Amino acid sequence: MPAITHHIPDAMIAAYAAGSLPHAFAMVVASHLSYCRDCQAALGAHQSAGGALLETAQSEELSPGMKASVMAMLDEPAMPEPVYDARGIYPGPVMQALKGGAPRWRTLGMGVKQNILYEGDGGSARLLYIPAGQAVPDHSHNGLELTLVLQGSFSDETGRFGVGDVEIGDEDLEHTPVADAGDPCICLAATDAPLRFNALMPRLLQPLFRI
Amino acid sequence: MVTVNLDSPPGRETLRGISPRGTAAVSNGKAFSQLTIWMLAVRDQRDRAAFSALFDHLAPRLKGFVIRSGASSALAEEIVQDVMLTIWRKASQFDPHRAQASAWIYQIARNRHIDIVRKEHRPVPDELGEDPGLEPDASQILGLEQEAEQLKLAIQQLQPDQKEMIEKAYLGELTHQEISSRTGLPLGTVKSRIRLGLGRLRKELKGLR
Repeated sequence: MPAITHHIPDAMIAAYAAGSLPHAFAMVVASHLSYCRDCQAALGAHQSAGGALLETAQSEELSPGMKASVMAMLDEPAMPEPVYDARGIYPGPVMQALKGGAPRWRTLGMGVKQNILYEGDGGSARLLYIPAGQAVPDHSHNGLELTLVLQGSFSDETGRFGVGDVEIGDEDLEHTPVADAGDPCICLAATDAPLRFNALMPRLLQPLFRI
Repeated sequence: MVTVNLDSPPGRETLRGISPRGTAAVSNGKAFSQLTIWMLAVRDQRDRAAFSALFDHLAPRLKGFVIRSGASSALAEEIVQDVMLTIWRKASQFDPHRAQASAWIYQIARNRHIDIVRKEHRPVPDELGEDPGLEPDASQILGLEQEAEQLKLAIQQLQPDQKEMIEKAYLGELTHQEISSRTGLPLGTVKSRIRLGLGRLRKELKGLR
């Protein structure tokens, strides 16, 4: 179990429990929780609060016959739900997004690669592969960006991030993450808006690579 | 009243947390909550009478809870039906050491609601550490249940507008920024109870390696 120093903020864990996080962020939160007992405990606390609200909720009358139809369905075979277990460096929620397969890397230049896992109204999520010593171009954020380390580590102006650590970037964070020496750094990154890059080339490439 | 026969639960050598010879889940003179007892009977005996009692207790509250999130009565019933079937089918995953019954059911209700409305599968975390050699320990379950009872009392004592806001937060109707400044619930003790349970699991796992 890696020593995790950068966690998901508690309010975001509450939002994950309630289901109000956009899908891309929920992927990162669920993946971080797959490493982190402290955050699982926080999730458990919020689930307890939700459970207490459920127990104190005002009852509503059910349609007649509803119970009988549920009882009659107990023996029906359930539709098998695909279960994606962690594999290698990828936790279950990432394997779910990969549908059980291996990542399909697309080169972004300078050895940096990506695999877009999800794109939707609420944002996008991708895997990023950054060779040791390589910098991700200096960029700031239009919205919120969560970056979870799955392999290796990176450092930027705010600190060092190892496996299981998550960096939260917002409008105020302008940073240059550099992959540390050792294994290539592989991250799961989710944003709710396109990133803006400060260097000219990457900005031109931005629409092409959807980074 | 449903009794839980713990002599030979299928697929489990002993029911963790409960004395194998007893039929009542009691420790230090205190009993598990009724909800937990029903859930254990459903999990270990596939007990339909227990499930029926659980349904009568839970389904109308669940419908009321889902309606609070703005769902129509018809959608609420679709979700309740789905949640109740999910409880029956996934009962083997219920572990009262980690989450008390209402917390486990709350998460199922939110997940199923989102899956049904958004038609996408919600990502769920990997389980941290299964615990094949864990010693029975009812105190962990009771501790969690006591903290949860405190939480319930705290919620019942809230002003109606405060309660409404917290309900909205836990029904996904408020953004996380809004929740962050507004929930003054005593979550700390629940969290440390759960962390205690997870930490204990970690130690047990280390011993096995």
